[in-house]
Amino acid sequence: MSEIPAELRYRTSHEWVRVEDDVAVVGITDHAQDAMGDLVYVELPEVGQVLATGEEAGVVESVKAASDIYAPVSGEIVAVNDALEDEPELVNNEPYGNGWLFKIKMADSGELKEMLTADQYQEQLDSE
Amino acid sequence: MSNETKLIFQHSRPGRGANAQAPKPVSEDQLSAIPASLRRKQKPGLPEVSELDVVRHYTNLSSKNFAIDKQFYPLGSCTMKYNPRGANRAAMLPGFLARHPLAPASHSQGYLACLYDLQNFLKEVTGMKGVSLAPMAGAQGEFAGVAMIRAYHDARNDDGRTEILIPEAAHGTNPATAVMCGYKVREVPVGKDGDVDLEALKQACGPQTAGLMMTNPSTCGVFERQIEAIAKTVHDAGGLLYYDGANLNAILGKVRPGDMGFDVIHMNLHKTFATPHGGGGPGAGPVGVSQRLLPYLPTPMAGLDEDSGEYSWIDTDTLPTSIGHLSAFMGNAGVLLRAYFYAMVLGREGMIRVGEYSTLAANYLLKRLQQVGYTAAYPERRASHEFILTLAKEAKELNVTAMDVAKRLLDYNQHAPTTYFPLLVPECLLIEPTETESKEAMDDFIAAMEAILHEAKTDPDMVKEAPFTQPVRRLDDVKAARELDLTWSE
Amino acid sequence: MPYIPHTPDDVSAMLDAIGAERIEDLFDEIPAHLKAGSSLDALPEGRGEMEVTRLMAERAEQDRYALSFLGGGAYQHHIPAAVWEIATRGEFYTAYTPYQAEASQGTLQVIYEYQTLIARLTGMDVANASVYDGASGLAEAVLMALRANRKSKSNRVLVPEALNPRYRSACDAIVRNQDVALDTVPFCGQAGQTLADSLSQYEGQDYAALVISQPNYFGSLEDVDALTDWAHANSMLVIAVVNPTSLALLTPPGEWGSEGADIVVGEGQPLGIPLSSGGPYFGFMACKQKHVRQMPGRIIGRTVDLEGKQGFTLTLQAREQHIRRSKATSNICTNQGLAMTAATIYMSLIGPDGLASVAGHCHANTQKLADKLTAIDGVERAFTAPTFHEVVLFLPQDADTVLAKLAEKDILGGLSLAKDYGMQNAILVNATEVHTEGDLDLFVAAMKEVLA
Repeated sequence: MSEIPAELRYRTSHEWVRVEDDVAVVGITDHAQDAMGDLVYVELPEVGQVLATGEEAGVVESVKAASDIYAPVSGEIVAVNDALEDEPELVNNEPYGNGWLFKIKMADSGELKEMLTADQYQEQLDSE
Repeated sequence: MSNETKLIFQHSRPGRGANAQAPKPVSEDQLSAIPASLRRKQKPGLPEVSELDVVRHYTNLSSKNFAIDKQFYPLGSCTMKYNPRGANRAAMLPGFLARHPLAPASHSQGYLACLYDLQNFLKEVTGMKGVSLAPMAGAQGEFAGVAMIRAYHDARNDDGRTEILIPEAAHGTNPATAVMCGYKVREVPVGKDGDVDLEALKQACGPQTAGLMMTNPSTCGVFERQIEAIAKTVHDAGGLLYYDGANLNAILGKVRPGDMGFDVIHMNLHKTFATPHGGGGPGAGPVGVSQRLLPYLPTPMAGLDEDSGEYSWIDTDTLPTSIGHLSAFMGNAGVLLRAYFYAMVLGREGMIRVGEYSTLAANYLLKRLQQVGYTAAYPERRASHEFILTLAKEAKELNVTAMDVAKRLLDYNQHAPTTYFPLLVPECLLIEPTETESKEAMDDFIAAMEAILHEAKTDPDMVKEAPFTQPVRRLDDVKAARELDLTWSE
Repeated sequence: MPYIPHTPDDVSAMLDAIGAERIEDLFDEIPAHLKAGSSLDALPEGRGEMEVTRLMAERAEQDRYALSFLGGGAYQHHIPAAVWEIATRGEFYTAYTPYQAEASQGTLQVIYEYQTLIARLTGMDVANASVYDGASGLAEAVLMALRANRKSKSNRVLVPEALNPRYRSACDAIVRNQDVALDTVPFCGQAGQTLADSLSQYEGQDYAALVISQPNYFGSLEDVDALTDWAHANSMLVIAVVNPTSLALLTPPGEWGSEGADIVVGEGQPLGIPLSSGGPYFGFMACKQKHVRQMPGRIIGRTVDLEGKQGFTLTLQAREQHIRRSKATSNICTNQGLAMTAATIYMSLIGPDGLASVAGHCHANTQKLADKLTAIDGVERAFTAPTFHEVVLFLPQDADTVLAKLAEKDILGGLSLAKDYGMQNAILVNATEVHTEGDLDLFVAAMKEVLA
């Protein structure tokens, strides 16, 4: 069973969001990192980039797969996790902690309501 | 053979060299016309080794390869059949090897005659109206094919066609090619029986459809039975039908892409026409077209003046609507000559036998592997020239995956089948024996597969660590990708 | 049955196992009416190896021997006997793409050595395992530059008119489908070079890259340092198109200007591949480390196995079509593995001093040939720029006519520039280390006769 922290919000494409004031911290879920296997590379957006919800924000790569990361909410990228450049395994080891990907300054915090709760995300995984 | 082989650079000693090979050095005076500012400051770091060092090093390296000349190679969708040595000798004839690609037609009649004959041979085999031999590999043939589809729509000012449809089981080159030709890709689902979901296809087709790319037999190893309905659906929507020739071996002399309604096809001569894979290439990917795409064929092609009997090049000056040249010269000429040799040896009846005996071998192998306990992905279907086993059950119950079985096969001196393709069948092995393998060779493979299934049940941990007999054990792919080491440094 | 081993007993046994009566039954899923055309009546009957070999030998003989001074992207060089004796060993010749790494360490180590050799020759950080040829390699480099140049929003690339016209047309045929525009930079009619001054008109415009050819199609050496620095000052990447033999003598692209070229491609044929009517050759491709994830094609990495032993494997595969599908860096799959293997053996045999010596003889022989030909009344060098191993000469008569007359004497005296550059009287001539003084004199004597 993968870990799904109750306080986070989720997207069906396996991103999570933690809200810190008007900034959304984004990562991929424990389930997603497990399904990908050992990550070897993470491509991140550039700080200052403005993204719409659902727009491609980056890519996570393992040896045998590559998966796009989508912006879970719209807004401006205000920080990216540079540590992943040298240590992509942080995403595997601490998907909800030091393995975060980027931070978006949210244009509309109302969008959060459209994301899945932990329970809803668990339901999705159960049905897959 | 488990010893590490040094790199060629580790044999290097300053001042050593293969001294019979290079001409004597020229004097600096003779180089005075080259400005000093453009001269290299340090000589390039090529190894300084003797001729024997080189011959021994690369001969030793060659012994670390599996090869058709050494082992059974049942790689699905790769058609690893015997590569006749006679084809190699014929292509290496001095007259062919010494010919400069831009030599005038007056000095190229023999070569042009071979190409001209091969074009006609491939036209007849595929039922198409015209063939160009120019593309240098299957993927470039795909590119040429989709570029022709685009040229066709463009010529009609039919510019709302922005999508190429591709069955979800397709080879990755199909979507990559469509994008290289400026199209968006829409995937079409495949049903439980391996055939395309026709209803979904009908939904997906429309005025935005430029064409559909598919293989038949499909990548699921079965003949697409609804091909005529698929062709009608795509054509009715104004799209064109592209045939990926990856699996042409299965239907040679049985049914022709042209007769199935395809507008454009590519062939992989390094599969169907027995030219060698060479450890990754070269291939050749000729394209064939129906009447309406003839104006767009890639150049150059070989032409014949019936009156004079002279062969000549058909190039963009005589075919200005062509999609143009895809290489500096004329494709992979040497591969084309090898394919021509093969075509001439097999002839009409030999072509028909290819389809028959490759299909016979695949169905035999499938039946026997089912008998020893393996699960077919499409048990109710005939195999084409290849078939899929799924090890989903073994993966779940024994924790032994398709990859583990593949690796363990190497210990039995059998090359592994294609693994994890197509992606929609979990834990799959795609197996293609080809027509050139004897029954005994297949029986040895069956025995190895049976033994491995037994090992998977009794000693799964051992299977998971295989292979044990190869020059290296399983490699750390994660380290390779995280800590890139792509060139040697002392 | 050629290449099919089955006896009638084998066939019966296999059909029995399947539970089918006849082979034809195995095709019962194919609609019967579709099978009509498959009798292949227009095809010839099969023949044995002896007869087909004879037929092809006769045709090879028909391709009349000629003393050739053709270049234009494919060059005659001495190829050590060991190169193809080893490359066509069945273990290399009949192996598949090295996806099963444990069973392919031979091919994989060859590619790793090849990547190293190309990186060292070009002065770049990394190289891939080959692309089809130099011209299609340029198309890949252009598409790569568009991805790699994040500062540029354009889909335009500057390409010199003095670049091999076959490269320009093949590159255009490939990239135009993605609405990529190749804008042509004119060359200086006196020098036969692409001058940095001629680039000022593009300053302030958004281009993703500048292509620099060294030498260019005319054999002329470009001022690569100035061109490279100009491109970088204008936020463009530099794509170098180079001749590999020349790199034994010339500054490698990695050292051009103050930062070096970003992507390097070229035709690998001069490195041990016979002219063979145009292929199979191979394109080499190298780049700076920071662009490696944008490079198409297979790449091999060195790693360790379960026991910590050195081994080689395909890596960075998430760039490629079999994983990334529609978002792959390219659709390339099969490359030119065997030609690349031959080139690896060639580079090892010829060594750094040997390659410099080959390059030196190419240059010196071409100079000598140009001197001898320009001693003929009315023949003169077309351009003033220094050259490597090709040179453009003006003839006092129509070039196509002169070349046809030379061909009747079995001398292929160069390539006409009439069609590609509208230079009716100009020919492009090449000599390499294989040409003797006697060969040059034969050519000169024939030219005198034809012009007389």
